[in-house]
Amino acid sequence: MSTDIAHEEHHHGPPKGIGRWLFSTNHKDIGTMYLVFALTMLFVGGASAMYIRAELFMPGVQFMEPDFYNNMVTNHALIMVFAVVMPAAAGLANWMIPMMIGAPDMALPRLNNLSFWLLPAAAVMLILSTVVPFLPGGGSAINTGWTLYPPLSIQTGMAMDFAIFTVHILGVSSILASINIVVTILNMRAPGMTLFKMPMFCWAWLFTGLLLIIIAPVLAGGVTMLLFDRHFGTSFFDAAGGGDPVLFQHLFWFFGHPEVYVLLLPSIGVLAMIIPTFARKPLFGYNSLVGGMAILFTLGLVAWAHHQYTVGMAAGPTTWFMIITILISIPVGLMLLNFMMTMWRGAMTFETPMLFAVAIVLMFSFAGVTGIMLAVVPADLEYHDSMFVVAHFHYALIPGALMGLLAAAFYWLPKWTGNMYDERLGKIFFWWNVISFNITFFPQHFYGLAGMPRRIVDYNPAFADLNMISSLGAFAYGLSHLLFLYIVIKTVRGGVKAGNKPWEGAQIGTPGLEWDLSSPPPFHSFTTPPVVK
Amino acid sequence: MTTHDQYYVPEGSKWPIIASSGVLTLLAGIALAINGINGAVAMIIVGLVIMAILFFGWFSEVIHESREGYYNEQVDSSFRQGMMWFIGSEVFFFACFFGSYYYLREITLPYLGGEGHLGKTNMLWEGFKSTWPLLDLPATEGIRGHYIEAKEAMGAWGIPALNTAILLSSGGTLTWAHWGLKNNNRKQLKIGLALTIILGVTFFLLQVKEYGHAYTELHLTLQSGLYGSIFYLLTGFHGFHVVVGAIMLMAIFGRALKGHFSPHNHFAFEAVAWYWHFVDVVWLGLFIFVYWL
Amino acid sequence: MKSIKNKIAGLAGMAGLLLSSEVIAKSKYNLPEPADPIVQQIFDVHMVTSAIATIIMIIVTLIIVYSLIVHRKDKGYVADQNFHKSWFGRWAWLLVPLIVLGIDFSIAKTAHKTMETIYDEHPESDMTVKIIGSQWKWSYEYMDSGIKLTSNLNRDLTPKDEFYLRDVDQPLILPVNTKIRLLHTTTDVLHNWWVPQIAYKVDAIPGYITETRTEILKEGTYRGQCAENCGTGHAFMPIVVKAVSKDEFAKWQEEQVAAAAAAAAEASSDKEWTMEELFAKGKEHYNKTCVACHQANGEGVPGVFPALKGSAKATGDVKVHIQTVLNGVSGTAMAAWKDQLNDLEIAAIITYERNAWGNNTGDVVQPKQVAAER
Ligand code: HEA
Ligand code: HEA
Ligand code: HEC
Ligand code: CUA
Ligand SMILES: [Cu+2]
Repeated sequence: MSTDIAHEEHHHGPPKGIGRWLFSTNHKDIGTMYLVFALTMLFVGGASAMYIRAELFMPGVQFMEPDFYNNMVTNHALIMVFAVVMPAAAGLANWMIPMMIGAPDMALPRLNNLSFWLLPAAAVMLILSTVVPFLPGGGSAINTGWTLYPPLSIQTGMAMDFAIFTVHILGVSSILASINIVVTILNMRAPGMTLFKMPMFCWAWLFTGLLLIIIAPVLAGGVTMLLFDRHFGTSFFDAAGGGDPVLFQHLFWFFGHPEVYVLLLPSIGVLAMIIPTFARKPLFGYNSLVGGMAILFTLGLVAWAHHQYTVGMAAGPTTWFMIITILISIPVGLMLLNFMMTMWRGAMTFETPMLFAVAIVLMFSFAGVTGIMLAVVPADLEYHDSMFVVAHFHYALIPGALMGLLAAAFYWLPKWTGNMYDERLGKIFFWWNVISFNITFFPQHFYGLAGMPRRIVDYNPAFADLNMISSLGAFAYGLSHLLFLYIVIKTVRGGVKAGNKPWEGAQIGTPGLEWDLSSPPPFHSFTTPPVVK
Repeated sequence: MTTHDQYYVPEGSKWPIIASSGVLTLLAGIALAINGINGAVAMIIVGLVIMAILFFGWFSEVIHESREGYYNEQVDSSFRQGMMWFIGSEVFFFACFFGSYYYLREITLPYLGGEGHLGKTNMLWEGFKSTWPLLDLPATEGIRGHYIEAKEAMGAWGIPALNTAILLSSGGTLTWAHWGLKNNNRKQLKIGLALTIILGVTFFLLQVKEYGHAYTELHLTLQSGLYGSIFYLLTGFHGFHVVVGAIMLMAIFGRALKGHFSPHNHFAFEAVAWYWHFVDVVWLGLFIFVYWL
Repeated sequence: MKSIKNKIAGLAGMAGLLLSSEVIAKSKYNLPEPADPIVQQIFDVHMVTSAIATIIMIIVTLIIVYSLIVHRKDKGYVADQNFHKSWFGRWAWLLVPLIVLGIDFSIAKTAHKTMETIYDEHPESDMTVKIIGSQWKWSYEYMDSGIKLTSNLNRDLTPKDEFYLRDVDQPLILPVNTKIRLLHTTTDVLHNWWVPQIAYKVDAIPGYITETRTEILKEGTYRGQCAENCGTGHAFMPIVVKAVSKDEFAKWQEEQVAAAAAAAAEASSDKEWTMEELFAKGKEHYNKTCVACHQANGEGVPGVFPALKGSAKATGDVKVHIQTVLNGVSGTAMAAWKDQLNDLEIAAIITYERNAWGNNTGDVVQPKQVAAER
């Protein structure tokens, strides 16, 4: 407060040149890098999805070896989960949380830069794992799927070691990012910004960060044991030496199940910002949403083995995992109800973010109820590892995570760039995206039920008709993202100027400080903390 | 540029990107080396050198900033909370291994030995009995080569018990040093730290000796099936943490000699102390569950 | 259970969606028609949960659609700023969880009865079949009569054929109306023996034995495939079960036992086999057992499975070759074959490999030589 203003401006513009990005400690720049990285990887992960769908377009092995197909499935999942959704959510957290709570920056700015720059390193490792099998002596490709189950992952060639280290790097990156975000939220709030005044997005990320701090080390430990079994003669996953392959599944899913809520929660946070804005009425049930997330956090950590109903667990644990999993419908149902009741008796308008929000609530509910179907043990003994599961989780992951991030991009682009995006193109994108998404994944439920397993490169002609529809939908869905790219680039380059608060209904209910800043916000936003009344 | 009542945000730092390239070089090097690719060891060395420079450089910078008084209370508390959560994540890293140990020993080994609802598994391993420590394996031919059965299990009451005493007293000396620091008794601080380091190093040397004994006399190796695997996994990662902790203690000791730290402002000291206590507690768990029970 | 199902089905019907109607139950896009009592129960559970799911979706959709139509600004609707303070706003946090809990409870209850059957630790059984998955074929052992079968993909079909990737050279033959225990295990990686109409899934785990049951109610052919990713050939691991009458099964069983005895006698006889005999036999067995990986032309799959054509082992020292086949190569997909093939079969395969595809070593390997290497 004793700082001389002119002095400050002199020093605090963005640094020039590439160093601005390489050495950045600025939360907005790092946020931008996260978002750009995620968008780039969306096209990489999407390209592998397009390969998958092209291969499955009709029966017969069309392009490459079966192992290459499985390698693409693995990469597709790892990229989408770890290099698209998580970085994009971290990018949003970086950009928005300090501004929302009135902090000068993230709590640990240098560490923040490290968490980002580990991601490209991980991407390089993953690319190496795909390339290595093509080199002489490179061994076989990764054909396990993203779950890396042994003993198949013990058979695989050198590529698997690169994948294991990829997972290590990603784990470190997300632990560091989570620590940073959690500390920022707990320690950096402006005076008067109590926890229960925070915009819901901050709460969502608080729980996400805590989850990651708990689960990421467990995955790291699990793949470390895998590495030891592969190279140092240990026998964690080999019955001959007294081990058990199922142990890996427990470790993976102890991570993997909470991970799906890691992917979901940031988008829930985004919806809790968007829906009140466009319904022009405060969020319905702020406290119960926080409570719901806390319960989801807790139940999520003890439900993991619903991915392993078929491994021959005893009746007791199986029943436990079934009941806990079904109970998860309570917190999630409460969250979705809060969203619906926020819309109820609101004065809604339907800008692109709101269109996405409404579609997400609907489609994610659908994912949720198919999730409950999967949670029912006897039924899952038929559904497991079929395309029905694939349909469930794409409904969960795309509306529940990816579309939430797209909605967030539309919602906050005016704030980030100072320009409004093209609303007409936004609406076209929405309809194209949502319709083709449903064409892609809705049929998968049915050929899954009819008996098509997942992770197969080739299939019986009985599944041909729906697979073809699914593939056509996927191509249309994939292409729609080019329009998104175009809209973003266009908005960054110019357009109608956006005011500080481009959405009439923003800031309703919670005193989100981001809207008090100019659009785009200054390089350093709150060097002296604002006071929230 | 910065004032004490402002939250310190560094202007930009080259260290993170160096860290990232160091990690990449190191891990790619390891991945190649364990697959027997020539020359990969050079990559590992380069990676390690980068990492060493990195830690030295990064921490020097932070120490410098701290000495210059850039950090106000809020920054200090960010550091503290950050370290707490970091240790929290370490807890879960070890929890993963302890959990695996429990699962294998209590749930799946009995199946292999013919108990429990998957007891019919024993058909595949006729004559195998589930015991702990597991010395007679279900089979000596595994998916990745041969297992060599150990002759004998580790005892708890020789060096391991001594080591427990050593590590616990090192926790005591460290706390004593902390009291010294808080009461501005620099001598007590230095002696306490020195003792802690000596105890830590002794622990480590005894552990090395113990490994030697296990390998050569007991024939307990990584290849001796589950017991060896679990034993080396847990004690190995613990030992690694001891080494890291000891290095950090030495750094703190060096700083204490140079006159760093004040009775009220000594985050680095506390961070190291927390870490060291954490390593202590892990050892206690190890001693009880791996050596003793 | 039936009554809940009917009530719910009725509700769904009223809502305009005949989800559990006969049409959908028999549709080719639903779970296939059950032919086993437990699978029938599972099917019913599936229909109940699907109906609940549908109803919930209908309710959610109706609320949202109503709101979208009515509560819009361009219709001049003014937001009710105090809605969250109404009695509903105050109590929703309790009310909604209670309702959902109720539904959850009924779902869990539906599942419970079936689970009791499935997790019954001491089921009755009349016979036991051990099912062994290996990359990429199934082997069956009838534990009561000692018959062993190996079932490989039928490679002659093209993507146009109805049973492409769903047909095998040797189906599993099972009697109907018999309580059968199925024990699952594998020699290499995870597999999962899934024939949706007659048995639910359980993973086959190397080194462990898991169990399912079946009691086939109708004669006929049931098809399925491996449902746990097992690598390169995962899509090429079909299962065919032929359910026959009890009498027919008994007859078949006798024949098999006699044939197995004859084959064993042949393999252990001291007969000196000629090149032609071994080559022909070897070709037959190679094309059953080894072809999935090393391919019919012996060229393997580059980078994954080595070529045997011109390979050092298949043209070098015979002993090394025999050892490789007997004991496999640990840590790779190359399995140990000593327990799965008899001396004669291995001798024949090796003779074939050493003389086919231009590997003209001229070596003739006799069963005795194999026996000596065991
Ligand atoms: C964002 C990601 C996400 C989310 C949020 C979820 C949410 C849920 N998932 Fe899903 N799931 C995945 C991603 C996700 N899942 C992935 C990636 C896999 C596969 C991984 C792999 O194998 O590769 C998977 C697999 C998977 C399985 C394993 C299937 C198998 O392999 O056999 C199961 C089984 O129980 C399951 C269940 C659930 C449940 C019960 C929820 C619940 O959280 C859903 C709760 C929501 C609702 C229920 C809807 C809203 C509630 C109401 C409207 C109230 C009324 C509702 C009722 C009373 C039912 N999921
Ligand atoms: C957040 C996570 C996420 C996302 C967003 C997606 C997105 C998509 N997924 Fe993915 N998927 C997973 C997570 C995800 N998936 C996981 C975890 C698995 C399990 C893996 C396993 O079994 O181990 C899986 C598995 C999986 C399968 C099953 C494979 C199998 O079991 O055999 C299929 C098949 O259809 C599929 C399809 C798609 C498609 C078509 C998209 C589309 O939404 C992608 C669309 C996006 C783009 C395409 C953007 C790029 C645009 C271009 C490149 C422009 C050019 C376009 C064209 C040329 C048309 N996915
Ligand atoms: C599941 C796949 C698979 C099947 C089935 C299989 N093999 Fe192999 N085989 C392999 C793999 C993989 C290797 C390479 C092992 C290595 O890395 O050394 C191999 C190697 C070999 C070799 C050594 C080749 C060389 O030059 O190194 C021989 C000989 C061989 N197999 C024979 C057979 C015979 C005979 C059969 C059938 C009875 C058979 N294989 C069935 C996967 C298979
Ligand atoms: Cu066997 Cu998949
Ligand atoms: Cu889950």
